[in-house]
Amino acid sequence: MSDLLPTLTPEQITAILLSLRVGFTATLCSLPFAVLVAFILARGDFPGKMLLDAAVHLPLVLPPVVTGLILLLLFGRRGPIGGFLAEHFGVVFAFRWTGAALAAGVMGFPLMVRAIRLSIEAVDPRLEQAAATLGAPRLAVFFLVTLPLAAPGLMAGAVLGFAKALGEFGATITFVSNIPGETRTIPAEIYVLTQTPGGDYDAMVMSAVAAALAVGALVASEFLARRMRIEARGLSS
Amino acid sequence: MISLDVKIARGDFSLEVAFDSASKVTALFGPSGSGKTTLIELISGLARPDAGRIEVAGRVLADAARKTFVPARKRGIGLVFQDAQLFPHFSVAQNLRFAQFFAPKEGRRLPFARVVDTLGIGHLMARRPAQLSGGERQRVGVARALMAAPRLLLMDEPFASIDVARRTKAMELVERARDEFNTPVVLVSHQIEEVMRLAGTVVMIERGRVREVGPPEEIFASAREDSPADRFGVGASLACGAARFDAHYRLTRLQHPSGEIYVAGPVPAEQARVFIKAVDVSLARQPPPETSIRTILRGKVSGVAAGKGPLAMVSIELEGGDNLYASLTRLAVDALQIAARAEVYCLVKAVALDERQVETV
Repeated sequence: MSDLLPTLTPEQITAILLSLRVGFTATLCSLPFAVLVAFILARGDFPGKMLLDAAVHLPLVLPPVVTGLILLLLFGRRGPIGGFLAEHFGVVFAFRWTGAALAAGVMGFPLMVRAIRLSIEAVDPRLEQAAATLGAPRLAVFFLVTLPLAAPGLMAGAVLGFAKALGEFGATITFVSNIPGETRTIPAEIYVLTQTPGGDYDAMVMSAVAAALAVGALVASEFLARRMRIEARGLSS
Repeated sequence: MISLDVKIARGDFSLEVAFDSASKVTALFGPSGSGKTTLIELISGLARPDAGRIEVAGRVLADAARKTFVPARKRGIGLVFQDAQLFPHFSVAQNLRFAQFFAPKEGRRLPFARVVDTLGIGHLMARRPAQLSGGERQRVGVARALMAAPRLLLMDEPFASIDVARRTKAMELVERARDEFNTPVVLVSHQIEEVMRLAGTVVMIERGRVREVGPPEEIFASAREDSPADRFGVGASLACGAARFDAHYRLTRLQHPSGEIYVAGPVPAEQARVFIKAVDVSLARQPPPETSIRTILRGKVSGVAAGKGPLAMVSIELEGGDNLYASLTRLAVDALQIAARAEVYCLVKAVALDERQVETV
Protein backbone atom coordinates (compact mmCIF):
# COMPACT_ATOMS: atom_id res chain seq x y z
CA MET A 1 0.00 0.00 0.00
CA SER A 2 2.70 2.42 1.00
CA ASP A 3 4.46 1.61 -2.28
CA LEU A 4 1.61 3.18 -4.16
CA LEU A 5 1.97 6.46 -2.33
CA PRO A 6 4.70 8.68 -3.70
CA THR A 7 7.46 9.11 -1.14
CA LEU A 8 8.58 12.59 -0.25
CA THR A 9 12.25 13.47 -0.06
CA PRO A 10 13.54 15.14 3.14
CA GLU A 11 13.94 18.39 1.15
CA GLN A 12 10.32 18.24 0.12
CA ILE A 13 9.15 17.60 3.67
CA THR A 14 11.26 20.53 4.85
CA ALA A 15 9.67 22.76 2.23
CA ILE A 16 6.15 21.67 3.21
CA LEU A 17 6.73 22.26 6.92
CA LEU A 18 8.37 25.60 6.17
CA SER A 19 5.44 26.63 4.01
CA LEU A 20 2.98 25.76 6.78
CA ARG A 21 5.04 27.73 9.31
CA VAL A 22 5.28 30.71 6.95
CA GLY A 23 1.57 30.47 6.14
CA PHE A 24 0.39 30.31 9.76
CA THR A 25 2.77 33.03 10.90
CA ALA A 26 1.81 35.33 8.06
CA THR A 27 -1.91 34.77 8.65
CA LEU A 28 -1.89 35.10 12.42
CA CYS A 29 0.35 38.17 12.44
CA SER A 30 -1.49 40.06 9.73
CA LEU A 31 -5.02 39.16 10.93
CA PRO A 32 -5.26 41.84 13.68
CA PHE A 33 -4.03 44.52 11.27
CA ALA A 34 -6.41 43.30 8.59
CA VAL A 35 -9.33 43.46 11.04
CA LEU A 36 -8.35 46.99 12.09
CA VAL A 37 -8.00 48.25 8.52
CA ALA A 38 -11.19 46.46 7.45
CA PHE A 39 -13.09 48.07 10.33
CA ILE A 40 -11.76 51.52 9.48
CA LEU A 41 -12.70 51.06 5.83
CA ALA A 42 -16.12 49.61 6.65
CA ARG A 43 -17.25 52.05 9.33
CA GLY A 44 -14.96 55.03 9.04
CA ASP A 45 -15.72 58.21 7.17
CA PHE A 46 -12.67 60.42 6.86
CA PRO A 47 -10.69 62.24 4.19
CA GLY A 48 -8.06 59.96 2.71
CA LYS A 49 -10.19 56.83 3.02
CA MET A 50 -9.84 56.24 -0.73
CA LEU A 51 -6.09 56.55 -0.37
CA LEU A 52 -5.98 53.95 2.40
CA ASP A 53 -8.20 51.68 0.33
CA ALA A 54 -5.86 52.04 -2.66
CA ALA A 55 -2.75 51.45 -0.55
CA VAL A 56 -4.23 48.25 0.90
CA HIS A 57 -4.98 46.95 -2.58
CA LEU A 58 -1.54 47.79 -3.96
CA PRO A 59 -0.02 44.30 -3.44
CA LEU A 60 -2.94 42.85 -5.38
CA VAL A 61 -2.26 44.91 -8.49
CA LEU A 62 1.52 45.39 -8.42
CA PRO A 63 3.70 42.71 -9.99
CA PRO A 64 4.74 40.50 -7.03
CA VAL A 65 8.38 41.03 -7.96
CA VAL A 66 7.92 44.77 -7.45
CA THR A 67 6.34 44.19 -4.05
CA GLY A 68 9.30 41.95 -3.18
CA LEU A 69 11.69 44.67 -4.27
CA ILE A 70 9.90 47.30 -2.17
CA LEU A 71 10.06 44.93 0.83
CA LEU A 72 13.76 44.43 0.19
CA LEU A 73 14.36 48.18 0.10
CA LEU A 74 12.32 48.83 3.25
CA PHE A 75 12.98 45.71 5.34
CA GLY A 76 16.46 44.71 4.12
CA ARG A 77 19.30 44.97 6.61
CA ARG A 78 20.13 48.44 5.33
CA GLY A 79 16.52 49.46 4.73
CA PRO A 80 15.02 52.12 7.00
CA ILE A 81 12.59 49.77 8.74
CA GLY A 82 14.65 46.59 8.55
CA GLY A 83 17.75 48.32 9.91
CA PHE A 84 15.79 49.84 12.79
CA LEU A 85 14.14 46.55 13.74
CA ALA A 86 17.41 44.62 13.55
CA GLU A 87 19.27 47.18 15.65
CA HIS A 88 16.65 47.71 18.38
CA PHE A 89 14.70 44.48 18.53
CA GLY A 90 17.00 41.95 16.90
CA VAL A 91 14.28 41.12 14.39
CA VAL A 92 15.77 40.30 11.02
CA PHE A 93 13.71 39.68 7.89
CA ALA A 94 16.34 39.57 5.18
CA PHE A 95 16.99 36.04 3.88
CA ARG A 96 15.14 34.49 6.83
CA TRP A 97 11.90 32.53 6.98
CA THR A 98 10.43 35.51 8.87
CA GLY A 99 11.00 37.54 5.72
CA ALA A 100 9.11 34.91 3.73
CA ALA A 101 6.27 35.22 6.25
CA LEU A 102 6.31 39.01 5.90
CA ALA A 103 6.17 38.79 2.11
CA ALA A 104 3.36 36.23 2.28
CA GLY A 105 1.48 38.36 4.80
CA VAL A 106 1.74 41.49 2.68
CA MET A 107 0.61 39.68 -0.45
CA GLY A 108 -2.37 38.12 1.31
CA PHE A 109 -3.33 41.33 3.13
CA PRO A 110 -5.68 42.81 0.49
CA LEU A 111 -7.58 39.54 0.22
CA MET A 112 -8.03 39.33 3.98
CA VAL A 113 -9.12 42.94 4.27
CA ARG A 114 -11.66 42.55 1.48
CA ALA A 115 -13.31 39.51 3.03
CA ILE A 116 -13.35 40.94 6.55
CA ARG A 117 -14.56 44.34 5.40
CA LEU A 118 -17.52 42.77 3.62
CA SER A 119 -18.48 40.82 6.71
CA ILE A 120 -18.22 43.90 8.94
CA GLU A 121 -20.33 45.89 6.51
CA ALA A 122 -22.92 43.13 6.71
CA VAL A 123 -23.31 43.67 10.48
CA ASP A 124 -26.38 45.85 11.04
CA PRO A 125 -25.05 49.19 12.34
CA ARG A 126 -28.20 49.53 14.43
CA LEU A 127 -26.96 46.67 16.62
CA GLU A 128 -23.88 48.75 17.31
CA GLN A 129 -26.12 51.76 17.96
CA ALA A 130 -28.21 49.69 20.34
CA ALA A 131 -25.05 48.76 22.23
CA ALA A 132 -24.04 52.42 22.36
CA THR A 133 -27.39 53.53 23.79
CA LEU A 134 -26.92 50.91 26.50
CA GLY A 135 -23.75 52.70 27.53
CA ALA A 136 -21.13 50.39 26.02
CA PRO A 137 -17.84 52.08 25.08
CA ARG A 138 -16.68 51.79 21.47
CA LEU A 139 -14.09 49.10 22.12
CA ALA A 140 -16.64 46.97 23.96
CA VAL A 141 -19.10 47.38 21.10
CA PHE A 142 -16.43 46.26 18.68
CA PHE A 143 -15.33 43.20 20.61
CA LEU A 144 -18.73 42.12 21.94
CA VAL A 145 -20.98 42.93 19.00
CA THR A 146 -19.22 43.70 15.72
CA LEU A 147 -16.44 41.13 15.86
CA PRO A 148 -18.49 38.09 16.91
CA LEU A 149 -21.07 38.84 14.23
CA ALA A 150 -18.36 39.27 11.60
CA ALA A 151 -16.56 36.08 12.70
CA PRO A 152 -17.52 33.98 9.66
CA GLY A 153 -16.02 36.63 7.39
CA LEU A 154 -12.94 36.78 9.56
CA MET A 155 -12.55 33.06 9.08
CA ALA A 156 -12.97 33.38 5.33
CA GLY A 157 -10.43 36.19 5.22
CA ALA A 158 -7.91 34.23 7.25
CA VAL A 159 -8.21 31.20 4.98
CA LEU A 160 -7.82 33.31 1.85
CA GLY A 161 -4.74 34.89 3.39
CA PHE A 162 -3.36 31.48 4.36
CA ALA A 163 -3.93 30.02 0.91
CA LYS A 164 -2.32 33.05 -0.66
CA ALA A 165 0.65 32.71 1.73
CA LEU A 166 1.13 29.06 0.75
CA GLY A 167 1.21 29.98 -2.91
CA GLU A 168 3.25 33.18 -2.68
CA PHE A 169 6.34 33.01 -4.91
CA GLY A 170 7.36 36.22 -6.71
CA ALA A 171 7.63 38.62 -3.79
CA THR A 172 9.21 35.95 -1.57
CA ILE A 173 11.95 34.97 -3.98
CA THR A 174 12.76 38.63 -4.70
CA PHE A 175 12.82 39.61 -1.03
CA VAL A 176 14.40 36.62 0.74
CA SER A 177 15.77 34.55 -2.15
CA ASN A 178 15.46 30.76 -2.27
CA ILE A 179 17.46 29.22 0.55
CA PRO A 180 16.75 25.53 1.31
CA GLY A 181 15.37 25.09 4.80
CA GLU A 182 15.03 28.84 5.38
CA THR A 183 13.06 30.45 2.57
CA ARG A 184 12.44 27.63 0.08
CA THR A 185 8.67 27.19 0.41
CA ILE A 186 6.55 24.78 -1.64
CA PRO A 187 6.27 27.04 -4.73
CA ALA A 188 10.02 27.67 -4.70
CA GLU A 189 10.66 23.93 -4.32
CA ILE A 190 8.37 23.23 -7.28
CA TYR A 191 10.17 25.87 -9.32
CA VAL A 192 13.55 24.33 -8.49
CA LEU A 193 12.29 20.83 -9.35
CA THR A 194 11.01 21.95 -12.74
CA GLN A 195 14.46 23.38 -13.46
CA THR A 196 16.12 20.04 -12.51
CA PRO A 197 16.40 17.30 -15.18
CA GLY A 198 14.09 14.42 -14.22
CA GLY A 199 12.39 16.50 -11.52
CA ASP A 200 8.99 16.65 -13.24
CA TYR A 201 7.49 13.78 -11.28
CA ASP A 202 8.53 15.27 -7.93
CA ALA A 203 7.26 18.68 -9.06
CA MET A 204 3.88 17.11 -9.74
CA VAL A 205 3.87 15.40 -6.35
CA MET A 206 4.60 18.74 -4.66
CA SER A 207 1.90 20.41 -6.73
CA ALA A 208 -0.55 17.80 -5.52
CA VAL A 209 0.49 18.49 -1.93
CA ALA A 210 -0.01 22.25 -2.48
CA ALA A 211 -3.44 21.65 -3.98
CA ALA A 212 -4.41 19.31 -1.11
CA LEU A 213 -3.39 21.91 1.49
CA ALA A 214 -5.35 24.66 -0.25
CA VAL A 215 -8.48 22.53 -0.61
CA GLY A 216 -8.13 21.30 2.97
CA ALA A 217 -7.97 24.88 4.25
CA LEU A 218 -11.01 25.81 2.19
CA VAL A 219 -13.08 22.88 3.46
CA ALA A 220 -12.05 23.52 7.07
CA SER A 221 -12.96 27.19 6.78
CA GLU A 222 -16.32 26.45 5.19
CA PHE A 223 -17.10 24.05 8.02
CA LEU A 224 -16.02 26.51 10.71
CA ALA A 225 -17.76 29.44 9.06
CA ARG A 226 -21.01 27.51 8.89
CA ARG A 227 -20.80 26.67 12.59
CA MET A 228 -20.00 30.28 13.43
CA ARG A 229 -22.89 31.54 11.33
CA ILE A 230 -25.26 29.21 13.13
CA GLU A 231 -23.77 30.31 16.43
CA ALA A 232 -24.08 33.98 15.53
CA ARG A 233 -27.69 33.71 14.44
CA GLY A 234 -28.60 31.61 17.41
CA LEU A 235 -30.31 28.88 15.41
CA SER A 236 -28.32 26.00 16.82
CA SER A 237 -30.60 24.39 19.36
CA MET B 1 -38.60 66.80 31.32
CA ILE B 2 -37.72 67.38 27.68
CA SER B 3 -36.94 70.65 26.07
CA LEU B 4 -35.90 70.57 22.50
CA ASP B 5 -35.23 72.98 19.67
CA VAL B 6 -33.29 71.39 16.83
CA LYS B 7 -32.57 71.60 13.15
CA ILE B 8 -31.10 68.90 10.98
CA ALA B 9 -30.93 68.51 7.20
CA ARG B 10 -30.62 65.17 5.47
CA GLY B 11 -30.60 65.41 1.72
CA ASP B 12 -33.98 66.76 0.63
CA PHE B 13 -35.49 66.34 4.06
CA SER B 14 -35.13 68.92 6.76
CA LEU B 15 -36.34 68.72 10.32
CA GLU B 16 -37.00 71.81 12.38
CA VAL B 17 -38.65 70.96 15.63
CA ALA B 18 -39.11 72.73 18.94
CA PHE B 19 -41.24 71.62 21.87
CA ASP B 20 -41.27 71.23 25.62
CA SER B 21 -42.96 68.45 27.46
CA ALA B 22 -43.23 67.77 31.16
CA SER B 23 -45.45 64.72 30.73
CA LYS B 24 -44.42 61.29 31.89
CA VAL B 25 -45.32 59.98 28.46
CA THR B 26 -44.81 62.15 25.42
CA ALA B 27 -45.96 60.87 22.07
CA LEU B 28 -44.39 61.88 18.78
CA PHE B 29 -47.25 61.47 16.39
CA GLY B 30 -47.37 61.82 12.66
CA PRO B 31 -47.42 59.99 9.33
CA SER B 32 -44.41 57.95 8.25
CA GLY B 33 -41.66 60.07 6.78
CA SER B 34 -42.57 63.01 8.98
CA GLY B 35 -39.29 62.87 10.90
CA LYS B 36 -40.27 61.01 14.06
CA THR B 37 -37.44 58.52 13.85
CA THR B 38 -34.91 61.26 13.09
CA LEU B 39 -36.10 63.02 16.21
CA ILE B 40 -35.58 59.84 18.23
CA GLU B 41 -32.04 59.59 16.85
CA LEU B 42 -31.37 63.18 17.86
CA ILE B 43 -32.63 62.66 21.41
CA SER B 44 -30.73 59.38 21.84
CA GLY B 45 -27.50 60.86 20.48
CA LEU B 46 -27.27 58.67 17.39
CA ALA B 47 -27.55 61.79 15.24
CA ARG B 48 -26.04 65.21 15.75
CA PRO B 49 -28.21 68.29 15.20
CA ASP B 50 -26.97 70.90 12.73
CA ALA B 51 -28.23 73.56 15.06
CA GLY B 52 -30.15 73.86 18.30
CA ARG B 53 -30.32 72.42 21.73
CA ILE B 54 -31.62 69.30 23.48
CA GLU B 55 -32.24 69.13 27.19
CA VAL B 56 -33.55 66.12 29.07
CA ALA B 57 -34.30 66.13 32.79
CA GLY B 58 -32.29 69.28 33.33
CA ARG B 59 -29.19 68.03 31.52
CA VAL B 60 -28.01 69.62 28.27
CA LEU B 61 -27.30 66.78 25.86
CA ALA B 62 -26.60 68.81 22.77
CA ASP B 63 -26.06 72.47 22.17
CA ALA B 64 -24.72 73.28 18.74
CA ALA B 65 -23.97 76.90 19.67
CA ARG B 66 -21.66 75.78 22.48
CA LYS B 67 -20.37 72.77 20.56
CA THR B 68 -21.74 70.51 23.27
CA PHE B 69 -22.59 67.02 22.17
CA VAL B 70 -22.97 64.11 24.58
CA PRO B 71 -22.51 60.84 22.66
CA ALA B 72 -25.21 58.17 22.86
CA ARG B 73 -23.23 55.93 25.20
CA LYS B 74 -23.01 58.68 27.82
CA ARG B 75 -26.60 59.95 27.66
CA GLY B 76 -28.30 57.32 29.74
CA ILE B 77 -31.26 57.32 27.40
CA GLY B 78 -32.75 53.93 26.66
CA LEU B 79 -33.92 53.23 23.14
CA VAL B 80 -36.37 50.51 22.21
CA PHE B 81 -36.01 50.00 18.49
CA GLN B 82 -38.91 49.27 16.21
CA ASP B 83 -37.61 45.73 15.65
CA ALA B 84 -35.96 45.40 19.10
CA GLN B 85 -32.41 44.98 17.69
CA LEU B 86 -31.49 42.29 20.18
CA PHE B 87 -27.95 40.95 19.86
CA PRO B 88 -28.49 37.78 17.84
CA HIS B 89 -25.40 36.00 19.13
CA PHE B 90 -26.43 36.42 22.78
CA SER B 91 -29.15 34.66 24.70
CA VAL B 92 -31.96 36.73 26.20
CA ALA B 93 -30.21 36.64 29.58
CA GLN B 94 -26.93 37.77 28.00
CA ASN B 95 -28.70 40.61 26.23
CA LEU B 96 -29.98 41.83 29.59
CA ARG B 97 -26.64 41.29 31.34
CA PHE B 98 -24.94 43.31 28.63
CA ALA B 99 -27.15 46.29 29.46
CA GLN B 100 -26.75 45.75 33.19
CA PHE B 101 -22.97 45.59 32.89
CA PHE B 102 -22.72 48.92 31.12
CA ALA B 103 -25.31 50.70 33.26
CA PRO B 104 -23.86 53.67 35.15
CA LYS B 105 -22.10 52.44 38.28
CA GLU B 106 -23.45 55.25 40.41
CA GLY B 107 -27.09 56.19 40.65
CA ARG B 108 -30.14 54.00 40.67
CA ARG B 109 -30.18 50.51 39.26
CA LEU B 110 -33.12 48.31 38.51
CA PRO B 111 -33.05 44.82 40.02
CA PHE B 112 -32.65 42.17 37.33
CA ALA B 113 -35.31 39.87 38.77
CA ARG B 114 -37.90 42.62 39.02
CA VAL B 115 -37.48 43.74 35.43
CA VAL B 116 -37.66 40.13 34.26
CA ASP B 117 -40.78 39.49 36.36
CA THR B 118 -42.55 42.66 35.38
CA LEU B 119 -42.08 41.97 31.70
CA GLY B 120 -42.87 38.27 32.08
CA ILE B 121 -39.80 37.01 30.24
CA GLY B 122 -38.41 34.64 32.89
CA HIS B 123 -39.07 31.56 30.77
CA LEU B 124 -37.21 33.04 27.79
CA MET B 125 -33.84 33.58 29.47
CA ALA B 126 -31.96 30.77 27.72
CA ARG B 127 -33.39 31.45 24.29
CA ARG B 128 -31.75 33.24 21.41
CA PRO B 129 -33.53 36.21 19.78
CA ALA B 130 -34.11 34.12 16.65
CA GLN B 131 -36.30 31.79 18.73
CA LEU B 132 -38.61 34.53 19.98
CA SER B 133 -41.90 35.80 18.61
CA GLY B 134 -42.29 39.46 17.69
CA GLY B 135 -44.02 40.27 20.94
CA GLU B 136 -41.46 38.40 23.05
CA ARG B 137 -38.65 40.19 21.26
CA GLN B 138 -40.28 43.51 22.01
CA ARG B 139 -40.64 42.68 25.69
CA VAL B 140 -36.98 41.66 25.88
CA GLY B 141 -36.08 44.88 24.08
CA VAL B 142 -37.94 46.93 26.69
CA ALA B 143 -36.34 44.90 29.49
CA ARG B 144 -32.89 45.38 28.02
CA ALA B 145 -33.38 49.13 27.73
CA LEU B 146 -34.61 49.27 31.34
CA MET B 147 -31.65 47.25 32.63
CA ALA B 148 -29.41 50.15 31.66
CA ALA B 149 -31.39 52.25 34.19
CA PRO B 150 -32.15 55.03 31.69
CA ARG B 151 -33.20 58.53 32.64
CA LEU B 152 -35.59 58.47 29.71
CA LEU B 153 -36.96 55.67 27.61
CA LEU B 154 -37.44 56.23 23.88
CA MET B 155 -39.70 53.83 22.06
CA ASP B 156 -39.80 53.87 18.29
CA GLU B 157 -43.13 52.38 17.28
CA PRO B 158 -42.78 49.59 19.81
CA PHE B 159 -46.05 47.98 18.80
CA ALA B 160 -45.54 47.93 15.05
CA SER B 161 -44.47 44.30 15.04
CA ILE B 162 -47.13 43.13 17.48
CA ASP B 163 -50.47 41.87 16.25
CA VAL B 164 -53.52 43.88 17.21
CA ALA B 165 -54.84 41.32 19.68
CA ARG B 166 -51.73 41.75 21.84
CA ARG B 167 -51.42 45.53 21.62
CA THR B 168 -53.14 46.09 24.95
CA LYS B 169 -50.58 43.95 26.71
CA ALA B 170 -47.82 45.82 24.91
CA MET B 171 -49.25 49.14 26.00
CA GLU B 172 -49.17 47.93 29.56
CA LEU B 173 -45.41 47.61 29.13
CA VAL B 174 -45.14 51.31 28.52
CA GLU B 175 -47.31 52.01 31.54
CA ARG B 176 -45.14 49.77 33.68
CA ALA B 177 -41.94 51.42 32.50
CA ARG B 178 -43.54 54.72 33.38
CA ASP B 179 -45.11 53.75 36.72
CA GLU B 180 -43.17 50.87 38.25
CA PHE B 181 -39.73 51.99 37.17
CA ASN B 182 -40.51 55.68 37.27
CA THR B 183 -38.97 56.24 33.86
CA PRO B 184 -40.39 58.94 31.61
CA VAL B 185 -41.17 57.74 28.11
CA VAL B 186 -41.08 59.29 24.66
CA LEU B 187 -43.13 57.19 22.32
CA VAL B 188 -43.22 57.29 18.53
CA SER B 189 -46.54 56.22 17.18
CA HIS B 190 -49.05 56.69 14.46
CA GLN B 191 -51.79 54.82 16.25
CA ILE B 192 -54.27 57.26 17.70
CA GLU B 193 -55.57 54.74 20.21
CA GLU B 194 -52.11 54.14 21.64
CA VAL B 195 -51.44 57.82 21.95
CA MET B 196 -54.84 58.54 23.50
CA ARG B 197 -54.33 55.89 26.11
CA LEU B 198 -50.72 56.51 27.02
CA ALA B 199 -49.58 60.02 26.34
CA GLY B 200 -49.93 63.14 28.44
CA THR B 201 -48.51 65.32 25.69
CA VAL B 202 -48.70 64.77 21.99
CA VAL B 203 -46.27 66.37 19.58
CA MET B 204 -47.81 66.19 16.16
CA ILE B 205 -45.20 66.28 13.42
CA GLU B 206 -45.67 66.69 9.72
CA ARG B 207 -42.99 66.91 7.06
CA GLY B 208 -40.30 67.74 9.58
CA ARG B 209 -42.23 70.49 11.38
CA VAL B 210 -44.24 70.55 14.57
CA ARG B 211 -47.86 71.10 13.76
CA GLU B 212 -49.34 71.04 17.23
CA VAL B 213 -48.31 70.27 20.79
CA GLY B 214 -50.77 69.55 23.57
CA PRO B 215 -52.81 66.97 25.44
CA PRO B 216 -54.15 64.22 23.17
CA GLU B 217 -57.83 65.15 23.35
CA GLU B 218 -57.03 68.67 22.23
CA ILE B 219 -54.77 67.58 19.42
CA PHE B 220 -57.25 65.09 18.09
CA ALA B 221 -60.21 67.44 18.37
CA SER B 222 -59.27 69.23 15.19
CA ALA B 223 -61.46 68.19 12.36
CA ARG B 224 -59.28 69.08 9.46
CA GLU B 225 -59.52 66.54 6.74
CA ASP B 226 -55.87 66.62 5.78
CA SER B 227 -54.86 65.85 9.33
CA PRO B 228 -53.83 62.32 10.22
CA ALA B 229 -55.45 62.96 13.58
CA ASP B 230 -58.96 63.42 12.27
CA ARG B 231 -61.90 62.89 14.58
CA PHE B 232 -62.78 59.55 13.01
CA GLY B 233 -59.67 58.00 14.49
CA VAL B 234 -60.13 59.28 18.03
CA GLY B 235 -61.50 56.87 20.54
CA ALA B 236 -61.04 55.18 23.85
CA SER B 237 -60.65 51.62 24.91
CA LEU B 238 -62.70 50.46 27.91
CA ALA B 239 -61.92 47.38 29.97
CA CYS B 240 -65.08 45.34 30.57
CA GLY B 241 -65.89 42.19 32.44
CA ALA B 242 -68.62 39.56 32.54
CA ALA B 243 -69.99 39.38 29.03
CA ARG B 244 -73.61 38.22 28.86
CA PHE B 245 -74.93 37.02 25.53
CA ASP B 246 -78.61 37.43 24.74
CA ALA B 247 -79.23 34.57 22.29
CA HIS B 248 -82.65 35.81 21.29
CA TYR B 249 -81.55 39.27 20.16
CA ARG B 250 -77.99 38.17 19.52
CA LEU B 251 -76.53 41.00 21.56
CA THR B 252 -73.70 40.89 24.08
CA ARG B 253 -73.91 43.01 27.21
CA LEU B 254 -70.50 43.92 28.61
CA GLN B 255 -70.28 45.11 32.20
CA HIS B 256 -68.48 48.37 32.81
CA PRO B 257 -68.42 50.32 36.11
CA SER B 258 -70.25 53.18 34.40
CA GLY B 259 -72.96 51.05 32.81
CA GLU B 260 -73.69 48.23 30.41
CA ILE B 261 -72.20 48.29 26.93
CA TYR B 262 -74.24 46.59 24.21
CA VAL B 263 -72.34 44.98 21.39
CA ALA B 264 -73.90 43.46 18.29
CA GLY B 265 -73.16 39.75 18.06
CA PRO B 266 -71.36 37.35 20.41
CA VAL B 267 -68.11 38.13 22.22
CA PRO B 268 -66.17 34.94 22.87
CA ALA B 269 -64.55 35.94 26.16
CA GLU B 270 -65.25 36.79 29.76
CA GLN B 271 -62.98 39.83 29.76
CA ALA B 272 -62.84 42.21 26.84
CA ARG B 273 -61.78 45.65 25.80
CA VAL B 274 -64.06 47.62 23.59
CA PHE B 275 -62.89 50.52 21.47
CA ILE B 276 -65.43 53.30 21.22
CA LYS B 277 -64.89 56.01 18.62
CA ALA B 278 -65.52 59.59 19.62
CA VAL B 279 -67.87 60.04 16.65
CA ASP B 280 -70.12 57.25 17.94
CA VAL B 281 -70.70 58.93 21.32
CA SER B 282 -73.52 61.43 22.01
CA LEU B 283 -74.01 63.22 25.31
CA ALA B 284 -77.06 64.01 27.37
CA ARG B 285 -77.33 66.03 30.57
CA GLN B 286 -80.28 64.00 31.91
CA PRO B 287 -80.90 60.27 31.62
CA PRO B 288 -82.86 60.18 28.35
CA PRO B 289 -86.41 58.98 29.09
CA GLU B 290 -87.15 57.13 25.89
CA THR B 291 -84.43 56.33 23.42
CA SER B 292 -83.41 53.57 21.09
CA ILE B 293 -79.93 53.71 22.46
CA ARG B 294 -79.19 50.93 24.95
CA THR B 295 -75.68 51.86 26.04
CA ILE B 296 -75.77 54.75 28.50
CA LEU B 297 -72.61 55.37 30.50
CA ARG B 298 -72.30 57.78 33.43
CA GLY B 299 -69.35 60.13 33.75
CA LYS B 300 -68.03 63.62 34.29
CA VAL B 301 -66.63 65.95 31.70
CA SER B 302 -62.89 66.34 32.24
CA GLY B 303 -62.17 68.66 29.35
CA VAL B 304 -63.59 70.35 26.30
CA ALA B 305 -61.40 71.15 23.33
CA ALA B 306 -62.98 73.56 20.91
CA GLY B 307 -61.51 76.07 18.54
CA LYS B 308 -63.24 78.26 15.98
CA GLY B 309 -64.23 75.30 13.83
CA PRO B 310 -67.59 73.55 13.77
CA LEU B 311 -66.56 70.71 16.05
CA ALA B 312 -65.39 70.11 19.58
CA MET B 313 -63.86 67.16 21.39
CA VAL B 314 -65.15 66.42 24.85
CA SER B 315 -63.24 64.12 27.16
CA ILE B 316 -65.21 62.35 29.87
CA GLU B 317 -64.02 60.52 32.93
CA LEU B 318 -66.40 57.60 33.32
CA GLU B 319 -67.33 56.12 36.65
CA GLY B 320 -64.58 53.63 37.38
CA GLY B 321 -61.87 55.88 35.97
CA ASP B 322 -61.74 55.07 32.23
CA ASN B 323 -61.70 57.92 29.74
CA LEU B 324 -64.15 58.31 26.90
CA TYR B 325 -64.20 60.89 24.13
CA ALA B 326 -67.17 62.43 22.39
CA SER B 327 -66.99 64.37 19.17
CA LEU B 328 -69.80 66.96 19.15
CA THR B 329 -70.62 70.13 17.31
CA ARG B 330 -69.54 73.28 19.06
CA LEU B 331 -73.17 74.34 18.87
CA ALA B 332 -74.29 71.33 20.92
CA VAL B 333 -71.56 71.90 23.48
CA ASP B 334 -72.79 75.46 24.02
CA ALA B 335 -76.50 74.55 23.92
CA LEU B 336 -76.09 71.89 26.59
CA GLN B 337 -73.58 73.99 28.52
CA ILE B 338 -71.09 71.19 28.55
CA ALA B 339 -68.03 72.20 30.52
CA ALA B 340 -65.52 70.61 32.84
CA ARG B 341 -67.04 68.78 35.83
CA ALA B 342 -70.50 68.61 34.23
CA GLU B 343 -72.22 65.30 34.80
CA VAL B 344 -73.16 63.63 31.56
CA TYR B 345 -74.69 60.49 30.14
CA CYS B 346 -72.76 59.06 27.25
CA LEU B 347 -74.89 57.39 24.61
CA VAL B 348 -73.39 54.81 22.27
CA LYS B 349 -75.32 53.09 19.53
CA ALA B 350 -74.91 49.33 19.72
CA VAL B 351 -74.92 49.18 15.94
CA ALA B 352 -71.59 51.01 16.01
CA LEU B 353 -70.03 48.23 18.05
CA ASP B 354 -69.39 44.69 16.95
CA GLU B 355 -66.56 42.20 17.28
CA ARG B 356 -64.25 44.45 15.25
CA GLN B 357 -64.20 46.94 18.11
CA VAL B 358 -63.80 44.27 20.77
CA GLU B 359 -60.46 42.95 21.82
CA THR B 360 -60.65 39.83 23.98
CA VAL B 361 -58.27 39.68 26.89
